Amino acid sequence: MTHVRVLAGTRKGAFILTSDGNRASWDVSGPHFGGWEIYHLKGSPADPDRIYASQNTGWFGQLIQRSDDGGATWQAMGNDFSYATDPGTHLWYDGTPRPWEFKRVWHLEPSPGDPDVAYAGVEDAALFKTSDGGATWTELTGLRTHDSGPGWQPGAGGMCLHTIILDPVHAGRMFTAISAAGTFRSDDYGASWRPVNRGLHSEGTLPEDEPEVGFCVHHVEMHPARPDTLFMQKHWDVMRSDDAGETWREVSGDLPSDFGFPIGVHAHEPDTIYVVPITSDSLHYPPDGKLRVYRSRSGGNEWEPLTRGLPQENCYVNVYRDAMAIDSLEECGVYFGTTGGQVYVSADAGDTWEPIARDLPAVLSVEVQTLP
Amino acid sequence: MRPGQPDVPAGRGGSPGAGTATVRVVLPAHLKNLARVEGEIALRVGGKGDGITRQALLDALESAYPVLRGTIRDRVTGRRRAFVRFFACEQDLSNEPPDVPLPASVIAGTEPFLIVGAMAGG
Repeated sequence: MTHVRVLAGTRKGAFILTSDGNRASWDVSGPHFGGWEIYHLKGSPADPDRIYASQNTGWFGQLIQRSDDGGATWQAMGNDFSYATDPGTHLWYDGTPRPWEFKRVWHLEPSPGDPDVAYAGVEDAALFKTSDGGATWTELTGLRTHDSGPGWQPGAGGMCLHTIILDPVHAGRMFTAISAAGTFRSDDYGASWRPVNRGLHSEGTLPEDEPEVGFCVHHVEMHPARPDTLFMQKHWDVMRSDDAGETWREVSGDLPSDFGFPIGVHAHEPDTIYVVPITSDSLHYPPDGKLRVYRSRSGGNEWEPLTRGLPQENCYVNVYRDAMAIDSLEECGVYFGTTGGQVYVSADAGDTWEPIARDLPAVLSVEVQTLP
Repeated sequence: MRPGQPDVPAGRGGSPGAGTATVRVVLPAHLKNLARVEGEIALRVGGKGDGITRQALLDALESAYPVLRGTIRDRVTGRRRAFVRFFACEQDLSNEPPDVPLPASVIAGTEPFLIVGAMAGG
C-alpha cells in the first residue's frame, strides 16, 4: 500500500514520520543526530531509501550523513566543502568587502535519475555537487564566480544558497536562489549562471531601478509538468514567472501579508499554490496570532485562508523556507513545520489540518516522500 | 571498564616503536557518537621522542577516525574551531601553538588529553 515518509530537520536533530496513505496515524522516529542542527534532509527520487542529511553545529561544523535504508541507519560522508578557486570577497552587511567563508549546507537536492548524484547549496553562497553518493563534493564554480558575486550581500540569516531546482524537461537547466542576491539560472548543467531577477523589487533599499542582483528571495518552487512557471516567496512579495525566470510579476493579491518564507505547489494542479503569510520582516509570526496557510487555485492573486485544525489564537510561530512539502498521492497532502516544533499535515490539499507532532525542537525543514 | 582504561584496540593510529607514544584522548559526547567510540581513545601518535605535538596528535586522530576531519580543526585553515578547547593536566592548552610539545604526562599516558566543546549556546 502506498505510504508517506516525512523528513523533518530540526534545531536538535532529525525526525522521520511515517504513515500509510490515509495519513491519519503516524510513527515518529528520532531524534537522529540528537543535539545537532539538521538544516535539511532529502530522499533520492531514483532510490527513495537513499536519504541525504545536512548535520551541523557551531561547535563541530558541517557533516553530511547518508542513509541507504530509509533512515534506519546512517553513515557519515564527506564534509570537505572547500571552494574550488580563490573565494575572493563579497559584501558584508555594512557594505565592506568580506572573504567568502564556508559555514554550512542549507539545502540538499538529489538528482532524479542517479542516487549517487546530489547538489548542495551552502553558506557562504556556492553550489557543490557529488557524483559518488556524498563521499566527495566539488564546487560548480560558475555560480560563485559570476561577475556580480563581489556585490552579493547576506540576508539576515546569512548569505545562503537555499533553493536548488533541477528542471525535469529542459536538459541542463537549473535554478538556484541566494539570500540576498536573488535567483540564478543555468542552461548548461550548472557550468555557467546568470541572474534572473527582472521584475523583482526591493523598495527603499536599492539605488538602481532594476539592479541585476540584491534581492532577498526566500524560496522558489516549480511544478514539474510546467517547468517554465516558477513561484517565489520573496522577503516581501509573492512572485510568479512564466518564462523560466526571465521576467517576474507580483501575485500577492489579497494576502493579509505578502511577507513569508515557504511556498508550495500542488502535486497535480500546477496553478494551486500555498504560502504561509508572516506579519513582517521584523515580526516573524503570523498576523493576529492566527496560523493560516493561504491557497490560491489561480496561480496567485486570489487567495483563501486555510484554518481548520490550525491554531487561531495566541500562535506566534514561524515557518521557515524549506519547511513546507507536498506529497503526490491522489488526494494531495500538504505538510509544514514550525519554529514551535509542530509538524502539520493536511491530507485533503489544505482543507483540514492535523498535527503529526506538537513538541519537536524548532523545525528547520520538511520534506515528504511518496512511497509505493 | 575501569576509568581511564583505553577501550580501543591498540591498532588505531600510528605504528608503534621509537618516536611514538600512546596518548589517551577524551572526545566530547557529540564527537564520541560520531566516531562511534565510548570512553577514552588510546591513540598512537608519531613524533620525535618527547617532542610529540598537538598537531601530530590531531593528525593521528583524524587519520584513525576520518569522520572527525573538520570537526575539531577548520578544513581550510587548520585552526582550532572557535568552540573547541583543549585541556590537559588541569591546564587550558587551547591557545598554545599547535607545534609545541604536549605535556610529558600526556605523552607518558598518565594524563589524558581532553577535547572539549565550549559551554555556549543552547
